[in-house]
Amino acid sequence: MAKGNKIRERMRAVTDHVATGLAVLSTFLVVAPLVAIFVYLVYKGASSLNLAFFTEIPKPEGESGGGMANGILGSGVLLGVASCIGIPIGIGGGIFLAEFGRGTKLANAIRFTADVLNGVPSIVMGVAAYALIVKPQNHIIPFSGHFSAFSGGVALGIMMIPTVCRTTEEMLLMVPHAVREAALALGVPNWRSVLSITVKTASPGIITGCMLAFARVAGETAPLIFTALGNQFWSASLDRPIAALPLQIYVYALSPYDDLHRLAWGGALVLIVLIVLAVSLVRFVAGRGVLKGAS
Amino acid sequence: MLLCALSIFGIVALIATELVMGSQLTWHQFGMSFFSWGETPLIDILKAFSDPTATQPNYWDPVNGHFSALPFVYGTLVSSILALLMAVPLAIGLAVFLTEMCPGVLRGPLAFVTELLAAIPSVIYGLWAVFVLVPLMREYVNPLLIKTLGWTGFFNDANPTGLGFLSAGVILAIMILPIISSLTREVMSAVPHSQREAVLALGATRWEMIRMGVLRNARIGIVGAVILGLGRALGETMAVTMVVGNTAEIHRSLLANGASMASVIANEYGEASSELHFSALTEIGLALFIVTIIVNALARLLVWAVTRGAPARAT
Repeated sequence: MAKGNKIRERMRAVTDHVATGLAVLSTFLVVAPLVAIFVYLVYKGASSLNLAFFTEIPKPEGESGGGMANGILGSGVLLGVASCIGIPIGIGGGIFLAEFGRGTKLANAIRFTADVLNGVPSIVMGVAAYALIVKPQNHIIPFSGHFSAFSGGVALGIMMIPTVCRTTEEMLLMVPHAVREAALALGVPNWRSVLSITVKTASPGIITGCMLAFARVAGETAPLIFTALGNQFWSASLDRPIAALPLQIYVYALSPYDDLHRLAWGGALVLIVLIVLAVSLVRFVAGRGVLKGAS
Repeated sequence: MLLCALSIFGIVALIATELVMGSQLTWHQFGMSFFSWGETPLIDILKAFSDPTATQPNYWDPVNGHFSALPFVYGTLVSSILALLMAVPLAIGLAVFLTEMCPGVLRGPLAFVTELLAAIPSVIYGLWAVFVLVPLMREYVNPLLIKTLGWTGFFNDANPTGLGFLSAGVILAIMILPIISSLTREVMSAVPHSQREAVLALGATRWEMIRMGVLRNARIGIVGAVILGLGRALGETMAVTMVVGNTAEIHRSLLANGASMASVIANEYGEASSELHFSALTEIGLALFIVTIIVNALARLLVWAVTRGAPARAT
């Protein structure tokens, strides 16, 4: 009996060690390749960047040199359109969820829908934007009837809404109740207290949240393939097809030319730097508690 | 503000209407058979499925107006399931390590790395896969699999490119790992400390504490996290498009070329040749939309069932 117990004790200890070992091993198996990917991207990207990358447009296929300046400009235009749509609507929705509608069934339903919308594949957004703007030819929808920067921007903008909405809400919920109560105790109407006290207090968090959403859609490719389409030349017009960094990465990665591969790696590094900046900023702001001196 | 919030409902409704309207033509022409084998004799499909030398039936023929989404549904399912098989055990292991075992110094950086990797665009994973993963599979992994497991029929050497379902599965696994593990971590941290203490007080080892005190209480949420990862894998477009091979074929071999629902849209939507072709692609998009909505809703409900009370985080 006593011996049996001893064996069982032994087995439990062994199981414990094995489980710990497996957890450590899986952590290693996850983190090592991920870090390897990351380092490889930075290494390949850094060796591909030069001044021409930021100032020139791509050379014809097969010729060496050239850059992705038109893609950077194009991504800027697309993201500008997207931000004009995504950020105001997203912030508005977030304020409603956190302040005016808090705890109501409607707010819960909207929060749920936003989360679900967040999971809808980006390619579906592209198909919807195509069916809405690129395909029909009418005078109600601006720039409709052909591939355009506008349609790509709309697709990206719609994708920003749920992300911005949820981070705004999250940041607003971090504002202590005492701050709201103090404002209300002074006789300030609720809307005023929300706009000039709560939102203002949370604004660093909201801004970084927008940056994160911005950085995420900056790398979106799928919705742009058949809306913005891509462009070999300089173009900043909303009415015409436009180049975009992620789109060029996709096309160049599958091309047979080493020079275009080099451009693709460079473009990837630019996107990664943008994302690292946004993610670290969010962590920094959220870690500081958003509200220095408020609590 | 209310209007902004309501616009989210509006967007979902708008997308749904656009997709339904756009896919009317295919729906009228093929009905439900669009997603099954349709007019293709089942025996041909099975023959092509098991024998790599047999000719593949004409599932998808834009020139002759013949469309069946079967190979794409198959490709999406196979690559997603492969991805889950690889990602889930690792993700749970990582989450267990981070919440229960990790020294405090490491926790911050590790969480940061996983968060960062969840934010890297899929086209960049695709780029990496094309230049690193695919050659790796072609030179080392695939020959090894063919040699050791070739007898199962799941691995044969008919496709020497290194592209295919398995490569797509691997890159998908890498991409969904951070999402699954961060949600699992969230669910596990929502388990009250008193649970852990109670189990430890009974004399349990650390692993027994994790198994009985944490994993058992968090299992619904973990299932939710896995389903959410599945949702991501089903709709993932760019990385899969770049490595899956893009042929409308159904093979038993995991090393064969194929296509997924998202990849066929990405490849053909911009230059569809006819109204019917457009409509068929839109219907695939609609199917993807409906499936991901259901999958995501289910996953959210499961995760909420566990973390209710704790503040929800946007992912």
